[in-house]
Amino acid sequence: MAHALREAPAAVARRPLRFLTAGSVDDGKSTLIGRLLFDSRAILADQLDALEAKAGGGQPIDLALLTDGLEAEREQGITIDVAYRYFATRERKFIIADAPGHEQYTRNMVTAAAGSDAAVVLVDATKLELDDGTGLDRSAAPLQLLPQTRRHALLARLLRVPHIVFAVNKLDVVADPRAAFARVRAALIAFAAEAGFEPAGIVPISALHGDNVSRPSTIADYDGPTLLALLEQLPSESAVDGTALVPVQYVGAQAGDGVGHRSRVLWGRVARGTVAVGAELVVFPSGETARVAELHAAGGRVASVGADRSVGVVLDRQLDVSRGDWLATPGAVAPTARFRATLAWLDSEPAIVGRKYWLRHGNRWLQGRITAIDSRLDITTLTAHAADALAVNDIGDVVVETQQPLPLESFASDRVAGALLVVDPATHRTSGTLLVSEALP
Amino acid sequence: MNAPTTLDHLLPELDLAQLDALEEEAIFILRETAAAFERPALLFSGGKDSCVVLHLAQKAFKLAGSKKTRLPFPLLHVDTGHNFPEVIEFRDRIVAELGEQLIVAHLEDSMARGTVRLASPEESRNGHQSVTLMEAVDEHRFDVLIGGARRDEEKARAKERILSHRDSFGQWQPKNQRPELWTLFNTRLKPGEHMRSFPISNWTELDVWLYIQRERIELPNLYYTHRRDVVRRRGLLVPVTAVTPPAPRETVEQVAVRFRTVGDMTCTCPVESLAASAAEVVGETLTVTVSERGATRMDDRTSEASMERRKKEGYF
Repeated sequence: MAHALREAPAAVARRPLRFLTAGSVDDGKSTLIGRLLFDSRAILADQLDALEAKAGGGQPIDLALLTDGLEAEREQGITIDVAYRYFATRERKFIIADAPGHEQYTRNMVTAAAGSDAAVVLVDATKLELDDGTGLDRSAAPLQLLPQTRRHALLARLLRVPHIVFAVNKLDVVADPRAAFARVRAALIAFAAEAGFEPAGIVPISALHGDNVSRPSTIADYDGPTLLALLEQLPSESAVDGTALVPVQYVGAQAGDGVGHRSRVLWGRVARGTVAVGAELVVFPSGETARVAELHAAGGRVASVGADRSVGVVLDRQLDVSRGDWLATPGAVAPTARFRATLAWLDSEPAIVGRKYWLRHGNRWLQGRITAIDSRLDITTLTAHAADALAVNDIGDVVVETQQPLPLESFASDRVAGALLVVDPATHRTSGTLLVSEALP
Repeated sequence: MNAPTTLDHLLPELDLAQLDALEEEAIFILRETAAAFERPALLFSGGKDSCVVLHLAQKAFKLAGSKKTRLPFPLLHVDTGHNFPEVIEFRDRIVAELGEQLIVAHLEDSMARGTVRLASPEESRNGHQSVTLMEAVDEHRFDVLIGGARRDEEKARAKERILSHRDSFGQWQPKNQRPELWTLFNTRLKPGEHMRSFPISNWTELDVWLYIQRERIELPNLYYTHRRDVVRRRGLLVPVTAVTPPAPRETVEQVAVRFRTVGDMTCTCPVESLAASAAEVVGETLTVTVSERGATRMDDRTSEASMERRKKEGYF
């Protein structure tokens, strides 16, 4: 009964928005998160009681204390790992990946950025050289951004976080908020252009008092949307275009009837494109082809499924397919076993050229080695420096060889087929991630 | 006051389609867990979060309309011997209806073996569950345990990974967690180690109730309003049971209550409520002013860091 098949819902229009917050110690990041939770009533009475008890009678509560999770953190007064926070407005559910701002914790920022739909980079207006003390008008001179601002934004850009928003904080305590915001804004736009992206927004805020977080304020003569309004409206991106590509995640129970033979269900989340009943697919790596006989979703049979949704594929003939294989539109993938990539190294032991590591690409584990380290990236400027080693928190350009060919894409064009995980074969620690730049002969 | 409570009335703007995204993520994690490990087990206590995970597992592994297939892993419950009897009854009925396999690990067996020793007979058994859990992991050689923990429950849980590594003592190392990048989960283990898998990490208490309402998931009836004997102690309503009798001079009252979490009887408290359905619980959850664990768990009140400490020791 073909007419009974319904279209699976397109990638949910208003998916929860996952965003990371990046800022250095004292930029007011924890206060901003506390403010978002407080304004959206995600903070409950007993949690407020604990804060009021800490503040002491009559003192204003410290919103930053809401977000310090672990004992070790409270001892050091810094965030040491990515923490996830939840709040919802009438428009949208939000997931905050709270990334620590310390330089040595680049690995946490990478963790928070991977999979985030947006990044909110905090800029502390009071730390910028707005006034050189000479009394001369310097408003025409270019403003120097802080290294951490550049680093946070460039890391988010490197990991292809779809939307980058700058929140310029503490404008309530600078002498001339309007002039200061104008200069910071110009510097951010120039910097973003140089880095190859357009900011999704630049919002002057006071996290402490709540200006332009959820409550509109005319601070710095700003009349744009509040930070929260901006985040509510950001589109959740799906890689919907192009040829179909599905990494096989789980080979499930047999579908018994309706096909004329017993066939297994190949489950996977569509990486890009759309899979439809009747379409021809090629299995990677076997190269065999078949047509889609049935498609299953969690709620029942469907006619087609788009990117970012899981689907159960039943093929019209029995093929040997297992976890780690890929289903693709014929001709869509070009397997390669040698490629150039950006390597973000997250392990305390440095990357070793020639050593075999475990790699995970899609759902396939295989071995691979770094054959050359070409350069290390200065993440503050995005300039490459000649290097032959990469240590923890370093990012660099490398050449990699894998044990078998893979259907790779450039990371910039496909976040699923373009990323690999690097795991130390001795410790099983997650050592780094490879972002594919180009296939090599 | 007695007007019918409808979700449309309570939530004119909140888009329920957001539940689809949470469901998709949870089912993806369940399939990943079943595919990447050899011997998974799903922790099922009859509590609402584990009922939601069990429901998600049915959707992940059974084709719609097919009753024949079974989950690719057994269910596991650590029974302290101090669970609410109606919850144990519910647990056994649901398992039988679904035709799943349930393994029950009894804390009292650990006490008989001498691996759990209570400081006094009155001491809560709740904190000792991790010993029995690890003994079950060893006995059945489970390499991954699927649980219904959520990051919004508590500050220490906010830092938990979706796939969280445990060493051979079952310990969590919060300072040494594996970075989790996209869905490229690092599923590699050494012998003796295992993983915890949390499919509903990104759900809040409200999401859980909205989903229970939408999917009509059956729960033990103590999640809905009922009259129960309680005493008021340090701002909590403490249920009067065989193992938690009233102290001398305490007054026993009968109050209309429901439970927000259900665990060991010695440390789980109900809240006053007239909510008789999931929709009415959603209504209460939207206006609630006390966090889930703050209202109902005596054990977490000991210190703000108590959850983190217990997690390090292998508690779920």
